[in-house]
Parts: sequence; C-alpha cells; structure tokens
Amino acid sequence: MSPASATSPNGVQAGPKHHLLSVLVENKAGVLARVASLFARRGYNIYSLAVAPTDDERLSRITIVADADSAPLEQVVKQLHKLINVIKISELDPTDSVEQELMLCTVGADVGARTQIIELCGIYGARIVDVGHTDLTISLADVPSRLDDFEDLLVPFGIAMVQRTGRVALPKLDRSS
Amino acid sequence: MNGGEALIKALELEGVEVIFGLPGGCILPVYDPIIDSPIRHILVRHEQGAGHMAEGYAHATGRPGVAMVTSGPAATNIVTPLCDAFMDSIPMIVITGQVPVAAIGTDAFQECDTIGITRSVTKHNELVISAQDIPLAVRQAFLLATTGRPGPVLLDIPKDIVDPQNPNSVMEWYWPTDAEVAASLPGYKPTTKGHPRKIKDAAELITEAERPVLYVGGGILKARAAEALLELAELTNIPVVTTLMARGAFPDDHELCLGMPGMHGNYTAVTAMQESDLLVALGSRFDDRVTGRVPAFAPHAKIIHVDIDPAELGKVRRPDVPIVGDARLVIEELVRTLKASGAPDNQADRTAWRSTLSGWQEKYPLSYVQSEPGELLKPQFVLEQLRDLSPENTIVASGVGQHQMWTAQYWKFRHPYTWINSGGLGTMGFSVPAAIGAKVGMPDRMVWAVDGDGCFQMTAQEMVTAATERIPVKIAILNNAYLGMVRQWQEMFYEERYSEVYLSPDLPDYVKWAEAMGCAAFRVESPEEVAPTIEKANAINDRPVVVEFRTDASEKVFPMVPPGQSNSDIVVGPGEEDVVQ
Ligand SMILES: Cc1ncc(C[n+]2csc(CCOP(=O)(O)OP(=O)(O)O)c2C)c(N)n1
Ligand SMILES: [Mg+2]
Repeated sequence: MSPASATSPNGVQAGPKHHLLSVLVENKAGVLARVASLFARRGYNIYSLAVAPTDDERLSRITIVADADSAPLEQVVKQLHKLINVIKISELDPTDSVEQELMLCTVGADVGARTQIIELCGIYGARIVDVGHTDLTISLADVPSRLDDFEDLLVPFGIAMVQRTGRVALPKLDRSS
Repeated sequence: MNGGEALIKALELEGVEVIFGLPGGCILPVYDPIIDSPIRHILVRHEQGAGHMAEGYAHATGRPGVAMVTSGPAATNIVTPLCDAFMDSIPMIVITGQVPVAAIGTDAFQECDTIGITRSVTKHNELVISAQDIPLAVRQAFLLATTGRPGPVLLDIPKDIVDPQNPNSVMEWYWPTDAEVAASLPGYKPTTKGHPRKIKDAAELITEAERPVLYVGGGILKARAAEALLELAELTNIPVVTTLMARGAFPDDHELCLGMPGMHGNYTAVTAMQESDLLVALGSRFDDRVTGRVPAFAPHAKIIHVDIDPAELGKVRRPDVPIVGDARLVIEELVRTLKASGAPDNQADRTAWRSTLSGWQEKYPLSYVQSEPGELLKPQFVLEQLRDLSPENTIVASGVGQHQMWTAQYWKFRHPYTWINSGGLGTMGFSVPAAIGAKVGMPDRMVWAVDGDGCFQMTAQEMVTAATERIPVKIAILNNAYLGMVRQWQEMFYEERYSEVYLSPDLPDYVKWAEAMGCAAFRVESPEEVAPTIEKANAINDRPVVVEFRTDASEKVFPMVPPGQSNSDIVVGPGEEDVVQ
C-alpha cells in the first residue's frame, strides 16, 4: 500500500484515474485484512484507505481509493460482495460525492517565515495545532485537491513530516424535485 | 457445559455422522467428548487425508464433510484440501485447534496464523475466542458451507475455550434459531431465485437458437439440479456437454449427451460449443481448460449464464443474459416459461444441427489402438474393462493426470454423484482419501479410485486408514512408471526432452506395499488378466483392494487442445499434431 505520501506533494490526483469505493462492513477483527487481501491478491494497489465505525458501532465504513489503471474494478467489487462480513458496497462517482481528507503537517517556521505561514493558513482555513521554537504543526481538513495545493505551498518552508488520513466520502444528496 | 462438549454437541445437532481427523495438543480437549458421542471418528494417517476424505464424503452424499485437526503443522497440512474444496465449491467444515487465546501471537509451540493462512482458500473462516460463541459459530459455519455457492469453512478453536481444566471453557448451552443465525450474518444473502425478466429473455433466446448447446458445470450437481436439467434438455431437444466437474449430471447414454468438452474433451463436445449460436451455461464458469484461448472461444455464440455466484457472470465472457440464482430453481422456472410460450412446438428447427453433431460423433469417436501381445496394457482398455465389469452405480474417484482424463473420457456416467475428482486445483493424491470418504458416506455402493503411480505415492498411507477402519475401497493404479501427464507435455511441447518425470515401474513394489498396509493386492500385466482380476477385486468386500495395472507410458491423452490455442485447433489423435489447422 502506498499512502498519500509527503514525498509527492503533487502526487496523483484522485480524479478519473481512481476508483472510490465505500464499503460497509461488520466492525470485527480481521475484516480489513479480508478486504485488503482481495486487492493484494490481484496485484491492485490501494491508493488510500480510511476506516472507522459508523453511528452503529457494530458496523464500520471503509473508504477505499484504488488505482484505476491497475484495477478492472468490477471483479474486485463482486469478490468483495462475497466476503461474509461485507454488508454493502457503493462505488462513488467522484463528481457525484462529497470527499474530505485530513492532513497534519509539520513545517519549518523560523521567525522570518512564521507570518507567511500563518497567512497561508488563513487563506486555506487551516489551523495551527502545535507550536515549536522553529516549527509549526498545521491541520487542514478539506477536499483532497485543496490539501495537495496547500502541501505544495508549504514545500518551500521545509516540510518535516506530513500525515494524511486518506479520503472519506459520501454520495452527494439528491436535490432534484 | 464446557466448550469442548458444546462443540461436539453442536456437530451432532448439525447432523454430522462422521469426522475425519487426527488429534494433537491444542485440539486434545475436544477429542475427549468424542469418546461418548455417536459421531464416528476416522483416524487418518495425514491431515491432508482428512481433508480429502471430507471432500469425497461431501461429493458423494451432498452433505458437508467434516475434518478436525490440531494446530500448527496439522492446520498447514490441511491447507491443500481447503484450497481444493474452495476451487470445486465443496461444502466442508474444518475445525483446527489453536493455542490458548492468551498465547496467540507469542510464537507459542505449534502456533500458526491459521486464519491468515487459510483466508484466501476458504469461503469463510473464524477464530472463535469465547466458549459461549461456539454453538453460533458452528451453526454459521454449516449455513455458509452449504448454501449459496458451497465451499469450505474453517473454525479455529483456541485450547483454553474447550479445555475443562480452564475456566475460559465454561459456557451456558444454547442453540441459535435459524433467524438468529441469519441475523448474525447481515452481509450474507445469496440470491436463489432468478430474475423473472431475465428468465423470459433466456427463454426467448433458447426458442430462437438453431445451434444451441447446454454447457453444464459442477454447479448443477451442487444445486441437485440433474432432474431439472434432463427436463430442460428433453423439452427443448438441446444437446448437453458435461464439464469435468459435471460428469454424471446428465446421463452419458442419453441421445442428447455429447460428453466432456475442454482440453481433453471429445471432438464433438468441443466443436459443438465452438460452432454454436447459443451457449446456455448452467453452473459452469468458463474455466480456461474448457474455453481454450478465450477470444477464440465459441465466437458466434450468444451466452446465457446461470450461476448462484454473481462474480462468475462476466468474469471471463460477458453474457447476453446473466441470471443469478440457484441452478435448479432457475431451470425449473425456465422450463415453466418455455412451456407457457409453447415449447416444445415453438422451438427453432434443430434437425440440421443434430445431424451435424451425430456426423461428428461418428467421424471422431474416442479411439485408441489395442496393444500387441507382449506389450504393456493400454490404459483405455483397462478403463473400459473396469467400467463394464463394475455395477452401474459405482462411484469412481480419480487422481490428477492422464489417468484422470482417461477416466473422465471412458467411464460412462449414468447417475449424478458417481464421479469424484479434483477439477479446479488438480490435486495429485486426491483420489485415495476422496474414495475413502465417499465409501464412508455411501457404504452400500462400490467405490473405485483410478489413480496414477505418481498420485498414489502422495497419499497412499491412507490405505492403512481404510484397512484399519474396514472401509473396503478399491484402487486401480495405472502404473505407467511416469508422471505421465507431464511427460506428455514434454513429449509434445518440449521436443521429447524428458526432465524429472520418470518414476520406475517397480520401485516401490505396489503389491507388497498394499499388502503391508492391510489391503488385498494384485498386479496385472497382460490384457487377458484384466477382466478376471477386476472380477476378483470386485468380489472382495472385507478389505480394501489395490490393483496395479502396468500400462504403456507412451500412450497420450487425445483429443487435445494444445495449451493457449483455440478450441478450433483441437488435435484429434496421435500423429495429427502436424495438421493443426
Ligand atoms: C500436488 C501436485 N503436484 C504436481 C502436479 C503437476 N502434475 C499434474 S499431473 C502430474 C503427473 C501425475 O502422475 P501420475 O499420478 O503417475 O498420473 P499419470 O499422468 O501418469 O496418469 C503432475 C506431476 C499436480 N497436479 N499436483
Ligand atoms: Mg503415472
């Protein structure tokens, strides 16, 4: 699995080249391994993955972003359905869903750079969550492309560490009628 | 009650009559209540044997086979049968011992990650961590193994939850209702009834088709749909091919039966599919051994694909009419729909198609040349004799290799559930234990295993199990002194450069070996001895029998679609390799 990593701030955009799957599963030991191994067995890379319990604690929702190039997804989705602990799978169309991702980023911020960084944070709606003598840790939750942009702009200041959660997504609400 | 007693009681309530297994440290506590249980336990000599016996039992009876083994090396020994059962959709329950919950993950003695290792070769597996969960876990396992697309389910049972010495084993007995079991599996809802509109579409395609073929796979047997299939075929007059997994699902002596398609299928079955305008795939999965080169497979055919597993539809070939459902229910509904629309009278004229097919059958029958005096036996001859001298409802199992293909070709299957083999995984060593399991399930039927010399050497020790447990199976070893199927590929595709395929005809001495294992044993070297020896073997009912037939290693399995080629390039017989069109 290759996480959305700090080394490629301009990494692949989760656009048409990615598939977005929202998988509702039983919240039990081993379920994530079952899901992940269906991808691994076929040599398909998982681009990002987010898992957490839903409002019903017996269930978890897994949001998977898979590389479209490596994955003719129909067969994987059908195989996922066969897993006993998988309850529901929706393939989300990125243009028809809301996506969010959270990023924590530690960036070099000596006295000269600090105000510029604070200014950038204001523009992007990011929050400073930790302050050191020569660095800051910033948190931003937004659509993944905004995170990419923001990360890009921080590069010149020297990114020490970055951790992104992988996206979570839900279908857009129907407002017709 | 303690967890060990609960496990055995749960198996009893699920109707289990026999467990194939071998005890050891972690599963030890469960072996104690077995002494007091009406369930028969068959002590195997290797855990792989336990797994294949459970498979053979399931093949022959339709009921799930049960195997129980200890942790670590025993669990890894049963991985091959699990994978075999997974590939061939065999209902099987495997119970493995595990180290106590507190020791899991510590590299304890005989610990292995059984759940991790078997995840991809089971329909489902579950580590049971509380004694209280045992009844529900057993009920879930049987439901999952036997419904939808059947398959193996493994329960991993830590020692502390079944050991009466351990407080963790204390539990209060209960027996979950069907509704409780269903509610505990919120993600499991197999579709059994076909979609009515799709069934109507299918009926229309069938009615119009001029060159249709029913392409029947193992799913027909799993769905107990042989009778329904017969009705569909006779109503529509559509010829039937039965894949390696489906031999017996349609009687070979029926005028509509074309026999086995595929890499070693007969010319008519292979070519009928190739030339058809409609393939009705029923519980079959477009396996590469059936399709040959996929883009060249049945190029003019529309496809109706019926399968209980939605993942099979479109996996290899996109169907024109996909129908998810239980094969029996779908076929019965299809028959009703066809009748309501006027079948058989409204069916397209298929006389030309039928006469083309019978022309091919006459022109390209299976054939071989009988041996000259003094030469080794022809394996096909041995199989014809065995077939003709054994009762009609004999169950026949086979290993994997040339002998398997000859058995599938030359045996005349007249009844479902009389053919047991390892199709998907192609597991050498399958036949001896599978035949034993079948005989345990069907004690009144004659059971022959047709085995290769290579295969026999992989699981022969289970003949000791058969002798000890008085399971009178019969084994025919076609001893060609070679890993024959591999030799055939080296001869045909590697310029006769034989690499590591020679075994020797007389090392081991199969007769002495079989006798040492408590079996009656015979060696047959000439054609005149074949029939009398088979008759002698068939008359023995108090012991297992092993008959070694010395066969001609140069004999190859034909017809053959060379690997990677189109089914249209079928090679009908020896000497025709050059005239591949
Ligand atoms: C466990 C396993 N190992 C290797 C193979 C590859 N293989 C397929 S057929 C065959 C030869 C089988 O020899 P034998 O049992 O003597 O049968 P024959 O082909 O000679 O009839 C081999 C090695 C296999 N199918 N299964
Ligand atoms: Mg051989």
